[in-house]
Amino acid sequence: MEVPILKQGHYLIASIQSALTDADLSQLREALIERVGKYRSRGVIVDVTALDVMDSFAVRTLRDIAHMARLRGAETVIVGIQPEVAFAMVQLGLTLKGVSTALDLEEGLAFLDRQARERSERVQGRNPRG
Amino acid sequence: MAEELLVPITADVDVVSARQKGRELAAEAGFSSGDQTVIAAAISEIARNILMYAKRGEITLRTVMNGDLDGVIVVARDQGPGIPDVARALQDGYSTSGGLGLGLPGARRLMDDFDVVSTPGKGTTVTMKKWRRRHA
Repeated sequence: MEVPILKQGHYLIASIQSALTDADLSQLREALIERVGKYRSRGVIVDVTALDVMDSFAVRTLRDIAHMARLRGAETVIVGIQPEVAFAMVQLGLTLKGVSTALDLEEGLAFLDRQARERSERVQGRNPRG
Repeated sequence: MAEELLVPITADVDVVSARQKGRELAAEAGFSSGDQTVIAAAISEIARNILMYAKRGEITLRTVMNGDLDGVIVVARDQGPGIPDVARALQDGYSTSGGLGLGLPGARRLMDDFDVVSTPGKGTTVTMKKWRRRHA
C-alpha cells in the first residue's frame, strides 16, 4: 500500500492510511527523500494517526527519514502517535531521539512554521544567539 | 475459547497479518485496547525475527483460561539457524543482524511470560503469554 504524499507550499505531508509492511515503509522513505529535492521542500510531516502499532522497524525507518531529510535541508515532524502506541513503544525501548513530534497535523504545521520563522530570523541576524 | 490460529511467516506482509490477527484474538479475549497494542507489537518483533534470521517459520495464536485469568499465547517457531547464546540475545541492544537489538528483549518486556528454546542448527521456538484478570 503506497502512502500518498501531498505537497503543501514548502512542506510535504505523508499521510499513512493503513498498516504498512517493511517494504511499504522503505518505499515511503525513498519517495520522501526524493521529493524533498524535487519540490525543494523545507519540511516533512509524517502522519501516523492510522498506525495501530509501531515496532522497531517502523521507528527506525521514521528516524532514518527525519535524519535523511535533515541532510537534504528539510525538517521532519512525526504527528499522531496514538496513546496506546506510545505506551507500547516505551515498553519496547523505542525512542525517536533527535526527531521532532507533534500531537496532530495542525500542531505539526505550526511547528514547521515556527522553525521556518526562526530560521529566517537567524539569517536576517535578528537573533544574536543564532 | 479454544481457537487456534496458524499464521505462516514467509514475507513482510505476514508480519502485518500476524500482528493484526493477534490483536483481534486479544480483543475477543477481552484485553484492553492498550494491551491489544502491546501484544501486536510483541508479535511484530518476533515475526520479524523469524524473517530476518530463519527466512520462514510460523506463529500460532490461541487463547487460554487459567483460573480467573484469560490469556493469549503466542508461539513463534522456525527451523532456522538457532540462537547460539539465548541469554545474550535477550540483552538490550545486542543484535547480529544490524537491527536495533530490541526484538527479543523488547517483546519480553511487553509480555507477562516469555520463553525461548533454541538449538543451533535446528531452530528456535519463542513462547510468550499475556494475562488479564477476568471480571466476574
